[in-house]
Amino acid sequence: MKTPSSTTDLPPLPPQHDGSAVSGKAVRPGDRIFLGLSRGSGIALLAIMAAIAVFLTYRSVLALSGDKANFFTTLDWNASGTDPKFGIAVLAFGTLVSSLVAMLIAVPVAVGIALFISHYAPRKLSAPLSYVIDLLAAVPSIIYGLWGALFLVPHLSGLYSWLDDYLGWTGIFSYGGGAARSLFTVGILLAIMILPIVTSVSREVFLQVPKMHEEAALALGATRWEVIRMSVLPFGRSGIISASMLGLGRALGETMAVATVLSPSFLINTSLLDPGGGTFAQNIASKFSEADQFGQDALIASGLVLFVITLLVNGAARLIIARRKEYSGAAA
Amino acid sequence: MAKRIDVSGLSAYYGSHKAIDDISMTVEPRSVTAFIGPSGCGKSTFLRTLNRMHEVTPGGRVEGKVMLDDENLYGSGVDPVAVRRTVGMVFQRPNPFPTMSIFDNVAAGLRLNGSYKKSELKDIVERSLKGANLWNEVKDRLNKPGSGLSGGQQQRLCIARAIAVEPQVLLMDEPCSALDPISTLAIEDLIGELKERFTIVIVTHNMQQAARVSDRTAFFNLAAVGQPGKLVEIDETERIFSNPSVQATEDYISGRFG
Ligand SMILES: Nc1ncnc2c1ncn2[C@@H]1O[C@H](COP(=O)(O)OP(=O)(O)OP(=O)(O)O)[C@@H](O)[C@H]1O
Ligand SMILES: [Mg+2]
Repeated sequence: MKTPSSTTDLPPLPPQHDGSAVSGKAVRPGDRIFLGLSRGSGIALLAIMAAIAVFLTYRSVLALSGDKANFFTTLDWNASGTDPKFGIAVLAFGTLVSSLVAMLIAVPVAVGIALFISHYAPRKLSAPLSYVIDLLAAVPSIIYGLWGALFLVPHLSGLYSWLDDYLGWTGIFSYGGGAARSLFTVGILLAIMILPIVTSVSREVFLQVPKMHEEAALALGATRWEVIRMSVLPFGRSGIISASMLGLGRALGETMAVATVLSPSFLINTSLLDPGGGTFAQNIASKFSEADQFGQDALIASGLVLFVITLLVNGAARLIIARRKEYSGAAA
Repeated sequence: MAKRIDVSGLSAYYGSHKAIDDISMTVEPRSVTAFIGPSGCGKSTFLRTLNRMHEVTPGGRVEGKVMLDDENLYGSGVDPVAVRRTVGMVFQRPNPFPTMSIFDNVAAGLRLNGSYKKSELKDIVERSLKGANLWNEVKDRLNKPGSGLSGGQQQRLCIARAIAVEPQVLLMDEPCSALDPISTLAIEDLIGELKERFTIVIVTHNMQQAARVSDRTAFFNLAAVGQPGKLVEIDETERIFSNPSVQATEDYISGRFG
């Protein structure tokens, strides 16, 4: 029997470029165009980023050299006139605290919902639930901001009083009445905003846990929760961290939602429930349009600090993930 | 620590698809029973009905009875989790918990079952690893991840993990198919030792392996693709390989199949 691949009746070899079958430089036009395109856009991207970095750093340096007070510790933001004094202490505090509150609330809840969708809910329920959560992730932040200002703020005084009753002694949760336009409310709102994305990413990771790891636990007589503890969570740990970082990135940089809910001031309150404070993004958004050239420089400098904080947070997360690599599911 | 399995009228489904039909057999305690048969005839499915793992698959459903001595595994009020603690399982692909150390892998089942003192745990882990012929290779790195071992070592680690909880029955689904001949031999020797203490059921595509390790052999077959698999016959391994009572068995064993 003859098959097309038998060596006796091969079709004649196609003509070659320069006599050699393998060593010839047979670069096709498509390859050349694609190479040029990809190399060109790579270089362009790097150049644009470098330009942005140079521009921001230059304007920041201008701002810092004009600042008559310590840029890192001053509790004020007065970047106009002949005696500008401004500092990021309040902004850094407000940004980190509100994001921390958001993470503490959102991550456990998101992981819980993700586990429910991936491992507990019947398929009839999990599909629509996933869909709704993905939809929520796409809601613009100004909508959350409006909802926060019109609904959340007026309805939080009950929770605030309760926190004051039971945790007021710590000082962090003392509440003197008044509108709930505090960093804590901002944290709650940010938590609600990042919940969908953290849930969504965690769910994807949990669904990817290899069957064989779950069956290993099941075959030992693990209950559903024990399967989750022994197989799903360890496998999903780095995914949960990545998901949290995605959420944290959004919380750190969130502008509109914070600006609509917070009543800003340049104070650091010991109680999270007292109104006032500010965040980097909110401060930039509220001041930028009225700022003069130097005022803009000052705001750019604060933006650069936010950027560095975000980088540090991401770097820390990568370190955590890398440290656990030896034990990750990838090696199995 | 070994019980007789008595299966009667067992059928298993994936949704509306019937994968195995009306199987009845007895598996003797302290012996090795091998399941052989062509791919897709339902060996794995049947094996997984013996520790109620089949119903974990979405749509998985079972009819019939599996008696472990005098307890029906599918009786009302029987907790599948408890069944899996008495009937252990080793899978085709080695699946140690990748995030756990070697020690923790072996101790995983024990920690599920109750609280042990540290020294007790150590003793049982050592005994199980010795039982799985792995102790000498890993005793200096018990705290290293189990996923760092070779495939054959990982499979023996999984066997150690399964026997650490002293099950009544040990089910093995092609435990050597991902291993080299030397690791395979190591596991076959191990099976020979383990049958002193456990009832063992092993699925294999390797005729020589079935002949080497098992006391009894069951041959499964299916009429056509899409049809449910059936038990053709079960008998002493020697008889199945020399003088089976059904022609299809002889055809399959001698390679004159299909
Ligand atoms: N998860 C599943 N969902 C639906 N059908 C399945 C599933 N697993 C197996 N089946 C079907 O059940 C039948 C028996 O499969 P099973 O895996 O038990 O065969 P097997 O004898 O173990 O085959 P092999 O020797 O290849 O492992 C096959 O027809 C298969 O298509
Ligand atoms: Mg199989």
